[in-house]
Amino acid sequence: MNKILIKNGRIIDPANAIDQLGMIAVAEGKIFAVIDIPADFTPDYVLDATAQVVCPGFIDLSTRLREPGQSRKATIKSEARAAASAGVTSLCVHPDTKPVIDTAAVAELIKELANKAGYPQIYPIAALTQKLEGAELSSMLALKQAGCIAVGNGNQAIKNLLILRRAMEYAASHDLLLMFRPNDYWLGNSGCAHEGVVATRYGLPSIPDAAETIALDQCLELAELTGCRVHFGQLSCKRSVIKVHQALKYGLNISADVAIHQLHLTENDMLPFDSAYHVLPPLRTELDKQYLRQGLAGGSIACLCSDHQPHDIDAKLGAFPETEPGVSSLETLLPLMLKLVTEHAITLEQGIAALSCNPAKTLGLARGTLTPGRSADICIFNPQTQWQVNADNWLSNGLNTPFWGQIFTGRVTHTLQAGQCIYSLAE
Amino acid sequence: MNNLQLNAEGRLKHFITIEGLSRELLTEILDTAESFVGITDQQIKKVPLLRGKTIVNLFFENSTRTRTTFELAAKRLSADVLSMSISTSSTSKGESLLDTIRNLEAMFVDMFVVRHGISGAAHFIASHTAPHISVINAGDGQHAHPTQAMLDMFTIRQIKKSFIGLRVAIIGDILHSRVARSEIQALNILGVEEVRVIAPKTLLPAHVHTLGVSVCHDLTEGLKDIDVIIMLRLQKERMTSALLPSESEYFKCFGLTEKKLKIAKPDAIVMHPGPINRGVEIESHVADGKQSVILKQVSNGIAVRMAIMSMAMQPMSQ
Repeated sequence: MNKILIKNGRIIDPANAIDQLGMIAVAEGKIFAVIDIPADFTPDYVLDATAQVVCPGFIDLSTRLREPGQSRKATIKSEARAAASAGVTSLCVHPDTKPVIDTAAVAELIKELANKAGYPQIYPIAALTQKLEGAELSSMLALKQAGCIAVGNGNQAIKNLLILRRAMEYAASHDLLLMFRPNDYWLGNSGCAHEGVVATRYGLPSIPDAAETIALDQCLELAELTGCRVHFGQLSCKRSVIKVHQALKYGLNISADVAIHQLHLTENDMLPFDSAYHVLPPLRTELDKQYLRQGLAGGSIACLCSDHQPHDIDAKLGAFPETEPGVSSLETLLPLMLKLVTEHAITLEQGIAALSCNPAKTLGLARGTLTPGRSADICIFNPQTQWQVNADNWLSNGLNTPFWGQIFTGRVTHTLQAGQCIYSLAE
Repeated sequence: MNNLQLNAEGRLKHFITIEGLSRELLTEILDTAESFVGITDQQIKKVPLLRGKTIVNLFFENSTRTRTTFELAAKRLSADVLSMSISTSSTSKGESLLDTIRNLEAMFVDMFVVRHGISGAAHFIASHTAPHISVINAGDGQHAHPTQAMLDMFTIRQIKKSFIGLRVAIIGDILHSRVARSEIQALNILGVEEVRVIAPKTLLPAHVHTLGVSVCHDLTEGLKDIDVIIMLRLQKERMTSALLPSESEYFKCFGLTEKKLKIAKPDAIVMHPGPINRGVEIESHVADGKQSVILKQVSNGIAVRMAIMSMAMQPMSQ
């Protein structure tokens, strides 16, 4: 099917300020026309999107597909399928694979596995420092040439600010974006829960929000000093939102995202010692959640990410502090975003923008819009479909979600990547 | 939390934490313990309540006192007892906590008494063990040590008769103390007038007031009007992790001396979960003085643990 006509859908394309019923024509893997379809367009296939939303395919800035090195948790193939079913057409993988993405060979291996999987576009993020140890610079230029879209620190704190400074200067020299999760090593103190009421009650090693905000402050100062573009990932607290807002107002070339679960869960939602709620940064307070939502609505936090981290069962089977952090979250990304709309935290257009054109802008990708001529990366979803998070409806190898068993509203029906249908929901 | 600990009839199934238990249940534990106190004075110090039952003491962390009193308690209930000290090195050989539990389950055990260095370990075992097995928490990380809290409640009631109107001070390393967390919960459930924690900020959890306590950073100030003083053990490693400058400075500020003890009510009692650091958190004169009930706590430990073990086993024998 070279030429596809998607008709009767509600087209939402935030980058072009489109929100109306209409048709989209796809040809040769690209968007051919939107709304005004030339009369002589003869589709090979017509896709009826009645009662559905047609929007740009989602771009996920933070995932872990566990390959290479941890294929007992998940594989690029398994998670690429899960991503496609979630409407995700492009995704970034963090450098903390085993081995770390600090050589061109590892980056090329990931690209190769991604090509074999044949699903969404996969962009490796290169390690900022060798082995993510925060000591020596990685070969950033070689990594960029091997297809890495940015450099990052994974979940590792960088203890030495001189090294961070130099790494940022070097990244800036090669016009590489730094994707940074702010996290002070010493203040983090090997904690596993927010330093709040719940950790106090359960005697859990805890992480104050200052572990994030202090590292954020330091990196903002270095962004000013070095001119490096920085994207702050997975912010979790009120004062991070305020600091990013101020930095943007000041004119720094930065952006930020929030993991979808941080907008729905707080420390109070944690069932006692339930490892499904073990995430880093930890679930914080109701006030933090409200600020993160406002940051997203107000634009300080431009992007939403899944922060997908699939685990095998053993990784989550143990006393809470000894379990591994992370949620398998690709497949709940869309319904949780729609829930924000239902709860009037954001508009549907804002939610879609935070998953498409905004992350594309952060990464400098010519994707995330339905502009004619661009790659036909399209997500079609039914905002009313109800479905349950259970084994029948789940594709990721990671079953680690605190939402297991819950009923969600909103489901992807078709995902197109470069004009190819990479997912369609079985009727 | 209480769902896990209680069976459908609201009876004790596991004993993991004080949190979520009712005043009636805690009082029942104390009353049951009362009935066991006499047994210790008899020539034959045994009752046949748990005859034929197998109890495994599973200690992933060192302990002499707690393990010994659990062992004695089980033996006096006529159970068969096996005590295992599992060093963390053997779990790091690759066997997971759950594998250890599964292996022991396969040996037809009825009860686990668990001590573990990680918060939540007892809860985890109770959630994953076979349904006929009861789990008693003998201390998990910084979370809870509910049997210690109950034997302290028992000792307080023995001397003060009632909890109503009492002001209790807990002094020392609250941050790292599972004993303190369980005691604060038990004291509040049993209805004392005030629980006051006295410590420098470095030894208090960030949101300590949410536990239902008043907070004081000065011992002289904090001991006023106090009926019960609970001293906590100060671990030596607190000095090396920059929580405190030195033992001597700690003793100067928070050590309980005869002089400071006079600030509290004249009939105040002095408690300590042990083992005590003489000259660090408490002066020998006080630890061995007439207001001290530290050794009484130890002997009460057996009766209270007998009570908890027999109550947790009862739903099964019905």
